[in-house]
Amino acid sequence: MSWMRLSSPLPIHHAWVDSALWRALAVQWHCEDGQLIALWGSDERPAGLGFVVHAVIICADKWHWISLRAGIDNPRFPALSDLFPAAARQERALFDLLGIACDAGDTRSWLRHDAWGPADFPLRRDFTEGPPTTSADQPYPFISVRGNGVHEIAVGPIHAGTIEPGHFRFSVVGDEILRLEERLGYTHKGVAKRLEGMPLRDGGRLAGRICADSTAAYAGAYAMAVEMVCACAVPPRALWLRALLWERERIANHLGDLGALCQDGGLAFGHTQFGLLKERWIQTHGRLFGHRYLMDMIVPGGVARDLDATAIALLDSECTTLVAATRHLQYIVDDHAGLQERFLGTGRLAEAQARALGAVGLAARASGVSCDLRVSAPTPPYDILNTQISLHHGGDVAARVAVRFEEIYESARLIRTLLAALPTGPVRADCGRPEGSLGLGAVEGWRGLILVAVTRAPDTDSHHVHIHDPSWQNWPLLEHAVLGDLVPDFPLINKSFNLAYSGHDQ
Amino acid sequence: MIMNLFVRQIVQILLVIAMAPLLMGWIRQCRAWLANRAGAGLLQPYRELSKLLRKQPIVAHEASPLFVATPYILFTTMVVAGAMVPMTTTRLPLAGVSDAVALAGVFALARIFAALAAMDLGTAFGSMGARRAMLVGFLAEPALLMVLFTPAMISGSTSLVVIVRQLARHGIILYPSMAFAAAAYVMVTLAENARLPVDNPDTHLELTMIHEALNLEYSGRHLALIEWSVAIKLFVYIGIGAALFFPWGITQGHDLAALPIAYALLLAKLAAAGAGLAVIETVFAKLRLFRVPEFLGTAFLLAVLGLLVRYLFGH
Repeated sequence: MSWMRLSSPLPIHHAWVDSALWRALAVQWHCEDGQLIALWGSDERPAGLGFVVHAVIICADKWHWISLRAGIDNPRFPALSDLFPAAARQERALFDLLGIACDAGDTRSWLRHDAWGPADFPLRRDFTEGPPTTSADQPYPFISVRGNGVHEIAVGPIHAGTIEPGHFRFSVVGDEILRLEERLGYTHKGVAKRLEGMPLRDGGRLAGRICADSTAAYAGAYAMAVEMVCACAVPPRALWLRALLWERERIANHLGDLGALCQDGGLAFGHTQFGLLKERWIQTHGRLFGHRYLMDMIVPGGVARDLDATAIALLDSECTTLVAATRHLQYIVDDHAGLQERFLGTGRLAEAQARALGAVGLAARASGVSCDLRVSAPTPPYDILNTQISLHHGGDVAARVAVRFEEIYESARLIRTLLAALPTGPVRADCGRPEGSLGLGAVEGWRGLILVAVTRAPDTDSHHVHIHDPSWQNWPLLEHAVLGDLVPDFPLINKSFNLAYSGHDQ
Repeated sequence: MIMNLFVRQIVQILLVIAMAPLLMGWIRQCRAWLANRAGAGLLQPYRELSKLLRKQPIVAHEASPLFVATPYILFTTMVVAGAMVPMTTTRLPLAGVSDAVALAGVFALARIFAALAAMDLGTAFGSMGARRAMLVGFLAEPALLMVLFTPAMISGSTSLVVIVRQLARHGIILYPSMAFAAAAYVMVTLAENARLPVDNPDTHLELTMIHEALNLEYSGRHLALIEWSVAIKLFVYIGIGAALFFPWGITQGHDLAALPIAYALLLAKLAAAGAGLAVIETVFAKLRLFRVPEFLGTAFLLAVLGLLVRYLFGH
């Protein structure tokens, strides 16, 4: 085995491994408290490699990308979910999409909802889309809880409000939750399949539309991966503007979530006030960046628009106003006994649990797990920004609220620093033709780490793009956080995580 | 004379039915103002009702006749309750035939039908809502009765007409016992009408719902009738509160000239109560479900304190 240092601003190495080494390395990294970031597969038969399974694992701030040839006719690989629970659903999705089996215990389908047959694997390159299957849903065996007075509440995928589809199966006694099992995959759109048929440089628009609230982070990670394959040097001003967009996206989402948390707590006043702040914030996006949610701003090679001096002054003063207004609201929220009674101790996720489950992003930081790409593996310009990580140990809704508040202040500080020292020069370079065979991009989005990996067969010019949402890691946390809480508190707990459906299902 | 009584009764019933959505609109508008929103206007509930009334109701195949009958039963019971409360005059034929305890019984009847209908289809949310509604109901009802007993002890009767006459005759005297009862009554009103902090009438999160969960399977005119009866119920509760704690201005004689003033005063009382409700709903967050028993326990305790103050000290 030989490790190859990839030419990326991230400290990442790649290696081809065999089954024994795949497993041995995983065991070693598991013992060293490593964290599995993503597990996926690709059909590399055009390049003569058969089916390939990939994993990215971070261990002691070093990033390892290992690839395993799983064979051609009856592809298999050793499961990692016994070491890294976060891998379990990704292994199931891997089988649904590519038919690569593993020796894990749970073989229920995850992304496949009978829209295609059990013997069809849409991400195989020889898959041709037939007429959509309209057969009735096959029963999905949820794990049931037995006992006196235990019953189940099935919620979703269609809800009473206008929200995204997900199914939640509660086993309860009265109003107390004994067990929660999620079922997702309802918004699977086949983005990876679509990206295979697009030129790499055009896929950014689609990547930025998988999850609209994280469009800047998605497009940014995608651009990083493509730039690595194309060996494209991004101008410094573009890198700084990207960071600016990511931080603005973070603030916009935190404001929206804080408002929604107030709403779920029954404090409509907070909802309106945070809604107002968010609306003003994204109206500025619309004026300066051409899109309220920043779509299509980040493109492979740089960013689509530059900022002039007036815009910079405006963005800077907007941060000052926002921080003042948010501090005032935080005073009200922190001081509101009724709201705090709902937040404190609700949906608690202990630090040990968060670590064992491989939590990422905001949810991890609220449980005391120091996990922030901007601090642990800072890419320019974060390498000189000295980002302060927001860490809380409560693990409850209140902790996730506190982390959101602190991240708003920190992001506002970062934005002002970025604006004050914005490098001059162009904001976009020509991306050039794809040449390399591996590309990887990662961005600390507001939910957590978003990863984009490109594998390419240079001879045939075919490629596969895998886009990983942090919700893969964090959806299972919710199942643990709600245990022992009350059914009517679930929406509040769910909102405090606010995980992605579309980003997860893709 | 008989005709006169009859007309008064009809006028009050029509008033309750017609004005209840306006009260809802007023509360929502006040809440919007308090939250710095423009609001949808006072007439929004009427628009919603007319929209729902024009829509075809969808009823599940498995629904029993009880499911279809319940919206009509709820509407009727609330109208009957509204007819029984002396809001502008004590000279009402129906107000004399029943007392406050019977009124509590009418509300209980409506609650039982609502819960049965919610469980009729066997959906998880209907049963969950029914369970929670009964939890709130069985705690609120004794508190409500205790509240009613304090003015009953002062006036020597459980009849609302007698209570209004006696209390209004005493003039503006502050009874400490009635202050306790009034505080308890506000808490019971919030719980019984599914308002914050007990229940959030604006929520669309099915897992947090209490009252809304009962109505999830209803649509079209069925839902319109339920929404309307919800508005009437709140109207009647405020009417009872006004009769018990602010009986001044309710006419007692046959003089028709005093009626317009009585109606104007009723409007003022409703507006003030609606605004007060909006303030409460803005200031308080929703309670954790298992805190609701404590909330209603406090209401019960206050009502009992009111009774004790009256019984032991005669205030």
